[in-house]
Amino acid sequence: MADEKKFAGYVCTGCGLGERLDAGQLETTATRDGKMQSCKQHEMLCSAEGVQLIKDDIANESVTHVMIAACSKRAKVEAFNFPEVAMTRANLREGVIWVRPESDENQETTQEMADDYIRMACAELKSMSQPSASGEQTLNKNILVVGGGITGMTAAIEAAAAGYPVHLVEKSGKLGGALGSYYKVIPTRSPYDAPAENPVPGMIEAIEADDRITVHLNSTLAKTEGAPGRFNVEVATESGSSETLSIGAIVQASGWKPYDASQLPEFAHDKSADVVTNHELEALAVAANGGPIKRPSDGKEIKSVCFIQNAGQCSDKEGHLSYFSGVTDLVSIKQAMYFKELNGDCDTTILFDNLRTPGAGGEDFYRAGQQAMVTFSKGIASEVMPGDSLTVKFEDKILNEQTEMVCDLVVLATGMEPNSGPDPYAQLMVDEAEDEEEKAKAQAILENAPPSILNLQYRQGTDLPHLKNGFNDSHFICFPYETRRTGIYAAGPVRRPMDAQQARDDATGAALKAIQAAENAGLGRAAHPRSGDLSFPSFRKEGCTQCKRCTVECPFGAINEDEEGYPMYNESRCRRCGTCMGACPVRVISFENYSVETVNQQIKNVEIPEEWDEKPRILVLACENDAYPALDQAAQAGVEINPWARVIPVRCLGSVSLSWVTDALNNGYDGIVMMGCRRDDDYQCHFVRGSAMAAERMSKVGDTLDTLNLEPERVILHEVAITDVERAPQLINDMAETVEKIGLSPFKF
Amino acid sequence: MSDLNTAMIEKYRSNFLKEVEANVEEGEWVKMCMQCGVCSGSCPLGKHWDHPPQEIFMMIRANKRDEVLGTDSMWMCTSCYNCIARCPRGLPITHIMHGLAVYSKRLGLTQKKQPTAEFSQIFWDNLMKKGRVNELKLGLSMYFKDGFGQGVKNAMANQKLGQNMMKAKRMNPMEFFGGHSVKDLSGFQSMVKKAQEIEEGNLKEAK
Ligand code: SF4
Ligand code: SF4
Ligand code: SF4
Ligand code: SF4
Repeated sequence: MADEKKFAGYVCTGCGLGERLDAGQLETTATRDGKMQSCKQHEMLCSAEGVQLIKDDIANESVTHVMIAACSKRAKVEAFNFPEVAMTRANLREGVIWVRPESDENQETTQEMADDYIRMACAELKSMSQPSASGEQTLNKNILVVGGGITGMTAAIEAAAAGYPVHLVEKSGKLGGALGSYYKVIPTRSPYDAPAENPVPGMIEAIEADDRITVHLNSTLAKTEGAPGRFNVEVATESGSSETLSIGAIVQASGWKPYDASQLPEFAHDKSADVVTNHELEALAVAANGGPIKRPSDGKEIKSVCFIQNAGQCSDKEGHLSYFSGVTDLVSIKQAMYFKELNGDCDTTILFDNLRTPGAGGEDFYRAGQQAMVTFSKGIASEVMPGDSLTVKFEDKILNEQTEMVCDLVVLATGMEPNSGPDPYAQLMVDEAEDEEEKAKAQAILENAPPSILNLQYRQGTDLPHLKNGFNDSHFICFPYETRRTGIYAAGPVRRPMDAQQARDDATGAALKAIQAAENAGLGRAAHPRSGDLSFPSFRKEGCTQCKRCTVECPFGAINEDEEGYPMYNESRCRRCGTCMGACPVRVISFENYSVETVNQQIKNVEIPEEWDEKPRILVLACENDAYPALDQAAQAGVEINPWARVIPVRCLGSVSLSWVTDALNNGYDGIVMMGCRRDDDYQCHFVRGSAMAAERMSKVGDTLDTLNLEPERVILHEVAITDVERAPQLINDMAETVEKIGLSPFKF
Repeated sequence: MSDLNTAMIEKYRSNFLKEVEANVEEGEWVKMCMQCGVCSGSCPLGKHWDHPPQEIFMMIRANKRDEVLGTDSMWMCTSCYNCIARCPRGLPITHIMHGLAVYSKRLGLTQKKQPTAEFSQIFWDNLMKKGRVNELKLGLSMYFKDGFGQGVKNAMANQKLGQNMMKAKRMNPMEFFGGHSVKDLSGFQSMVKKAQEIEEGNLKEAK
C-alpha cells in the first residue's frame, strides 16, 4: 500500500471561514508545509456538492488520505464519512474563528492559528493509515445469562425474543430466584393500589416453552475464557459433569442476598421467632395460603404488626449497611397490605424516618396503603423486647417522645446486598492503600472475598470489578450496563439495589447491550464509547521489554500475557482507549489511526515563533469525550480562547504518553494543559480508570521539568466535565497568564 | 363525662382513628396525612397552639384520645384556609379542625371557659330565640358572661363604640325589649330541631 498513498486536502470557506481567514494561504500551507499532493477549496464542503467533490477524488484520483479543514471533528460527522480512506480534520471553525474576536489587530494571530491546525492535521494524516477489522472473531449470536432470578429470566426472554439463542445458567435447582418464593409483588401498573400477582411462575412457563432458551440448572461457570464473540464457557453441574459453550456475550444477573439480621441484636431477631425480616415474612404470607398470616412462635393469628424501616441500613453503625436499599419502604407498604388483605382487622404500623417510594406508582401505592388504614408513624425504633407479645420501643419524631407499642409480630425492613464475585482489584487495593486504616479495610475485603461467579481466565482477575459496597461497577452516569469487562453486562440487584420491575427493565437493557456486543465483535468493531471503531492496538514485539505496564493498566482487562510474558491483545475486549499506549515506556503500542507518532507529529508541526516574537505556544491535550466537546460548546457560545493555544483531542487522558509532554517542552512550548474527566470514586472517565492512570503517570512529570530546569507551573492537569463550558476555556487562558508571569520557555530554536 | 363519651370509649377502645373517621366531619381524611408538616408551617396561629394540625393528626393516629379531644387547639382555628390551600395530600384540614371541635363539644370534653366555645354557645342560644341574631343582646351576653361586675366594666369600656353604632343606625336600642323575629319562628325552630335529631341519630347509631 505504502507507495500508493495519495494525500488530498480540502479547505472549506463556508460558515464565515472564507471571510475570516485567507483561504489561499491555508491552501499553500497544506501543500507546501503539509505536503498534500492536492488541495481544493469549497464554499460549503459539508453540502452534497462538497462531499461529492471528495468522493469523486477518492474514486477517480485514488485519494487514500483526506485532510478536511473546516469545522470540529465532532460536527458534520455524517457528511464527512469516508470509511474507505484515512481522514483528519483541522478544526478551523470551533477551534479558531469562533474563539477569536474579529478585528484587524487579531487577524495575524488568528491566521497563524489556522495555519498551525492545518499543519497539524496534515502531519497527523501522514503517520496514519486506514483501520480495518482484524477478523479475530466471527459472529457468535449465543447469549449466556448467569443467574435464573427475575433479572436473568427477563434477560433470557428478551434476548430470545430478539432471535438470539440463550443459555441460562442457574446455580440452584429451580428458576425464580429470591422473588420466586414471594407472595406478591409491588404493583407495576396503574392504579398502583394493591400488591400485584407474582410474575415469576408465568415467566418460568414462558422460558420452558421457548426452544431458543436452554436452561442449565444446578450449574455454575467453572471457567470463562476468550473475549466477546468467542467466549468459551465451561458450565459445570453439581453432579460433576460439564460442557463447554461457545458464547458471544454475557449477562451477569447474579442477584442479591438478604442482609443478615442477626447483626441487629437490639431488634431481637435471633431471640424471638416473631421478629422476622421482610424477606422472611414472604414465606409466612405464602404459608398462610390465603388465610390469615400466623405467628411463627405459636401459630396464633396475627392481630397487630409493626414494621421497622431502615433496620440495619442507611446507617454508619458497625455491621450496618451504609446505603439505603431503595425499595424497602415500598416493600413494607406491600407487606402491610398483605395483613390488611389476609388478617382482617389487624393493626398495622409502619415506623419510618424517611419514607421513600420511588417510581411512577410509588406515591399512589403509599396513598393506597394509607387508604387501607395502614398507620404510618414517623418514629425511630430503638429496641424490640421479646415476650409473649413484642414491645417495640421507639422515639415518636412528631410528638417528640420516647414511647412504645405492643404487637404480635415485628417485621424488620432490612436491605439488599449484592451477590458479586470477588473484586479483581482487591489485592491492588491492599497494595496501594494510603494509610493503615485503608489497608485494613482492603485486607478485610480481600480475605472475605466471595467465591467467583464468572471464573474469567483474565490476567486481571476472575470477576467484574466492584464500585462501592460490593456492587458491580458500571458506568453509572453514562452507560449503566457497561462493566469494565467488555461484552459482560451486569444487570439487576448485583449492580445496585432495586425492585422486581426495575430489575426487569435493567435486564432488558442488558440483554440488548449483550446482543449489540456480540454483533459488534462479529464485525471487529468497538463497543461503547468508541462504538463502531475498527482500529485496535497492536504492539511491536521486538521493542517490548515485557514490563507488563500495559497488561496492568488496561482498565478493561483486555490484555493477557502469553507464555513468554509478552502482552496478548484480545481485540474485542478492548475499548480503544489507548491507556496501554500511554503506559508503554518504550512506545511500541499503536493504533493504525492513533499513535504516539500521530500526536507527536502534530506537536512538532506547530510553528514555534522565536522568543523575541513574544508569541507563546500552549499545548492543550483535551479528552475527546468531555473536555473537547466542552471547548466546542464554548466556541459555539462565543467564549474567547487566547491565540496561543493549540488543542489536540486525545481518546482518553490515559492515552497520553509522557513523551508528548517531554517533546513539547523540548520543542519550546511554554505551557501544557491536560484536560481529562473526573477520576475519583464518582468518576466520569468514559474509560473508568484512564484519567486516574494519566494522573498517576503525570505525577512524574515534575522530574522532567526539573531536568529541563523549567518551572512546575508550566504543566498542569485538570479534571473537566462536559458541562464546563465557561471553565474549560478559562483554564487555557489561565495558562496564558501563567506563562506571561513566568516568562517564555528558553527552549525555542 | 357524658354518657355518649363513655359509650364511644367503649365502642372504639384503642382505635381513636376509627372513632374520628366515623364521627368527625371529614375525619376519614386523617389517615391520609403524610406528616410533612406543611400545614403547621403555614398556619398563622399554629405555633401558638398546644398542638398544630400535623401534630393533632399524629396524635389521633397514636391513640391520644384524651389529649386531642381535651386540647383547645382546634378551637383556635380562624378558618383562614392556608393549610388547605397548601396540603400536598389535599386534606380538608380546616374542616377537620371544626369537626374535632364540634365532636369534643358533643362529648362534653371541651375546656371550660374556652372563649371560642363560649361565644359559639351564646351565639347559638341567641339565634335560637328569634331565628335571627339580636346583635344588641349578643353583645350584652358576651359582656356579662363572666358576671355582673365584669359586664358593667366591659360595657363602660365599649360605651363609645356602642353610641357610635346607634348614631350610625347600626344598632337599635329598642331591640333590647323583645327584639323582632323571623316571619315563621316556630317553623324555624322545628326545622332546627329536626336537623338536630338527625345529627343525634347519627351519633346514636354510631354508639
Ligand atoms: S486500548 Fe484501552 S482497552 Fe484496549 S487494550 Fe489498550 S488499555 Fe486496554
Ligand atoms: S507496556 Fe510496552 S514494553 Fe511493557 S509489556 Fe506492554 S508493550 Fe511491552
Ligand atoms: S400539610 Fe397535609 S399531609 Fe402535610 S402534615 Fe399537614 S395535613 Fe399532613
Ligand atoms: S385554616 Fe385553621 S388550621 Fe388551617 S392554617 Fe388557617 S388557622 Fe391554621
